[in-house]
Amino acid sequence: MTKPLSFQSMILALQNYWGSHGCVILQPYDVEVGAGTFHPATTLRSLGDAHWNACYVQPSRRPSDGRYGENPNRLQHYYQFQVILKPSPPDLIGLYLGSLDAIGVDRAKHDIRFVEDDWESPTLGAWGLGWEVWCDGMEVSQFTYFQQVAGHDCAPVAGELTYGLERLAMYIQGVENVYDLAYNDAGVTYGEVFLKNEQQFSAYNFEHANTEKLFQHFKDASEECRALVAQKLPLPAYDQAIKASHLFNLLNARGVISVAERQAYIGRVRDLVKAVADCWVEQAQ
Amino acid sequence: MKFLLELLSEEIPARMQAAAAEQLRTRFVDALKAAGLAHGAVTADATPRRLWLIADDVAAASEGSAEEVKGPAATAPAQAIEGFLKKTGLTRAQLEERETPKGVVLFAVIRREGRPAADILAEAIPQIVREFAWPKSMRWGVASQSTASPRWVRPLTGIVALLDGDVVACEAHGITSGRDTRGHRIHAPGVLGIISAATYLEQLRSARVLASSAERRQIIATRAAELAAEAGLSLIPDDGLVAENAGLTEWPVPLLGRFDPAFLSVPREVIVLTMRTNQKYFALADQNGVLAPAFICVANLEANDGGAAIRAGNERVLSARLSDARFFWEQDVAFVKAHGLEGFLPKLNDIVFHEKLGTLADKVERVAALAKWMCESGAVPADPAQAEAAARLAKADLVSATVGEFPELQGQIGCYLALAIGTDPAIADALRDHYKPAGQGDDVPTAPMSVAVALADKLDTLVGFFALGMPPTGSKDPFALRRCALGLVALILSNEIRLNLLLAGNHALVAVAGSLMRRHYRHDLRDANNRLLSLLKLDRSDLDIQTQILMALQEAPFTGSINDDVYLSVLDFIVDRFAFQQRESGITWDLINAVFSIDAGPDLVRLLTRVKALQAFVETADGTNLLAGYKRAANILKAAEKDGIGQPAVSTGDGAEAALAAALDVALPTATAAVAEERFTDAMAALATLRAPVDAFFESVMVNDPDPGIRARRLALLARFRDAVHGVADFSKIEG
Repeated sequence: MTKPLSFQSMILALQNYWGSHGCVILQPYDVEVGAGTFHPATTLRSLGDAHWNACYVQPSRRPSDGRYGENPNRLQHYYQFQVILKPSPPDLIGLYLGSLDAIGVDRAKHDIRFVEDDWESPTLGAWGLGWEVWCDGMEVSQFTYFQQVAGHDCAPVAGELTYGLERLAMYIQGVENVYDLAYNDAGVTYGEVFLKNEQQFSAYNFEHANTEKLFQHFKDASEECRALVAQKLPLPAYDQAIKASHLFNLLNARGVISVAERQAYIGRVRDLVKAVADCWVEQAQ
Repeated sequence: MKFLLELLSEEIPARMQAAAAEQLRTRFVDALKAAGLAHGAVTADATPRRLWLIADDVAAASEGSAEEVKGPAATAPAQAIEGFLKKTGLTRAQLEERETPKGVVLFAVIRREGRPAADILAEAIPQIVREFAWPKSMRWGVASQSTASPRWVRPLTGIVALLDGDVVACEAHGITSGRDTRGHRIHAPGVLGIISAATYLEQLRSARVLASSAERRQIIATRAAELAAEAGLSLIPDDGLVAENAGLTEWPVPLLGRFDPAFLSVPREVIVLTMRTNQKYFALADQNGVLAPAFICVANLEANDGGAAIRAGNERVLSARLSDARFFWEQDVAFVKAHGLEGFLPKLNDIVFHEKLGTLADKVERVAALAKWMCESGAVPADPAQAEAAARLAKADLVSATVGEFPELQGQIGCYLALAIGTDPAIADALRDHYKPAGQGDDVPTAPMSVAVALADKLDTLVGFFALGMPPTGSKDPFALRRCALGLVALILSNEIRLNLLLAGNHALVAVAGSLMRRHYRHDLRDANNRLLSLLKLDRSDLDIQTQILMALQEAPFTGSINDDVYLSVLDFIVDRFAFQQRESGITWDLINAVFSIDAGPDLVRLLTRVKALQAFVETADGTNLLAGYKRAANILKAAEKDGIGQPAVSTGDGAEAALAAALDVALPTATAAVAEERFTDAMAALATLRAPVDAFFESVMVNDPDPGIRARRLALLARFRDAVHGVADFSKIEG
């Protein structure tokens, strides 16, 4: 039996695979986001009629999921591998299964299943139909045909694949604790790279983030976003919208947003994204 | 001929497959009927990747037909004949001339040739695909450049259409029909060419696809039971799970896995739910019915290592999930050990029950007051203080970590947490059972404390939403008030709770008003509140007190939104659900109405006893005749009373008239007493004694005597009879 891929080798294998299938290999976006979908290469590029194929790793931050490095499965910062193919190619499922082969999942021995899971992002005003992909009962990917983003019908429709990299690697390596993952083949573990990160950011997210300033930043980002939309600059405006979204997530983790206010905040971010997307679509035409 | 249609797609959600197969069958049968193409049995079914249909004995062609159309007279103007030719598409020479009484008339015989089956099917298939309705559908691929592009549940990738061995050529959703499909992704990769409709199922089977969902279900159920037995365990049957797994697999292979027995410290329901909902695993039990640390998952292939890797993978996934669940559970137990269930209560202030009705904390406040009153008033035989305490804790578990993860376990978790800290088991049970019955067929609680909290919770919900003008309308019932009222009715009837619903309504309404006050003013409401509470002390359910309560509410500016007709509308709604529930036992709405209209402010137990006595009575010969006599009397009186019946003669009648008067003298007090003592069958029996005298009266006495005094006397007698009957039930409401 061959040695399972390390975390970094798995990423390289996925990049090579999708690169060889015509995807632009992008680098992570440099603004904090909650999921790979927020990268403008997915959100904005899924709008309009230009064809677009890209893949990239995206660090994703979910402040509320932090566990001070003490939970073997939950992280406030983790990686997603994102593939976006517009229009969705024929036999996208076949292509996806090929990528599992490429990272060493033996499909004659493992049970791959496509279980209904329709995707909806209230913050992005987006939805699509698809599945969560199970490997031996574990969800390893999200598979979505985008139907609408920021309230705009996708025409053409993009196929989006999201791999939860840590989970997938834990699966491939047969590891129970994320911090035990082999990051490379030279003995470096995921814990050596990220444990401190999880501990310190959990403390920041839950205890020390200055909420007064965060509220102010949220307000500033919202205003900046509106101002940039008015200047017809959707790309920089979009940065401000996703900043606002992340600030909201931080405030939420600090527990200072009540249940009733939550919806209102999500609505405000959605409105920003919508304004940006309208501007983007208008320019594309 | 045998016809095969297969619509190959990417994975169809399991929950949609059965209905889609049935829809395919219906659309197909309808299309062939419309085209006049005969066929035999039609079978339709689905796998995760395909909808398929096989029709036996399809005729080679549709029947030809001839239609005769009558035209104008042979002598009609040329223009008329021209029009007729145009309409029928025939030439003048093709028309027949026939002698009729009106002269020679032109007839057209329009013959339609039978059409070959292949042509009809080639038209039907695209239409079926185009018009197919999925619960949710999507666009995909290059075609989706247009927002009007074809829609399917997931991308449609192939159409196989074969009439015996021949392809029925057609195109739908941009896909050309053919004979190529796909077998199992792993066991039979690549293209599978179907030879003929007759070989389809066997070819699929060879390609490791079981096309029949029934066969897949049967394999899953049987094999899972076998595996359990081999391990000395038994499968906890779950038909829904069997069907779901059959919808996720084309070649189902059940496998038995195990988990660490240490996880059994977590409540059983949490484990079963984790396995069922998140992982679609079957749970197993040992010989004593205790949950076993094992599960059965269903793989979609025969793995080349015998399933070892799949089993191990699933075991790891479950272990991680159960670790999570245990973490939440232990966190909750530690919390309640330190702070009690009460420790959760402050957080209920942050959860909105309904924007207009306040938070869950508000609701708890109301339910606690109502539950206490239910016991104090004697309606429910439980200790008022305990019932109030149980109601206060009933919603506490909603903010526990475990219920946060497993919302379906609300109540159940509260019960376990309560038991974990040694709470009175009767209170713990009430926490678990107060949501019940959640629907028809669900258990109805019987323990008095559970009943008190369950009744209070439901009544509060009903009165709250009705008071603020949010009753269900038509098919819209967003707050599930119908189910709520049915639950209330079931609780009352099966426990024979003598609850005066109007009185209970007073208390519920005042509690709602209290919530509104707190929300509106937050402080210094004592005056308004005290006024309302003092009204409640009157402990009355009459119209006067209702009016006073509503007036008191409306004086406060914040409660202007309370509906004036809240009492009647809630009561009507509950009685309507009561009628709905009783329909099964053959009690019709008119009988309920006959009692309800003279006995409003009822408790449902009395209403039901009374209606049942009435039902039994009207089914007897005495009852039917008395009903006829009553209607006759009522009609006569209705006409006569318009002008006033006048002054009755002082003289007494004789014969049948005297006999009826004598019978009434006996029956009336007997019936009245029986009604007062709730001996409704006896009341009916008293009425039954009137049947013969009434019949005899109508037989031999003429009401409309020329002497106005005698007429008035007889009318007064009839009025007495009518009123006697009315004291038992309003017979005018009874149909038939």
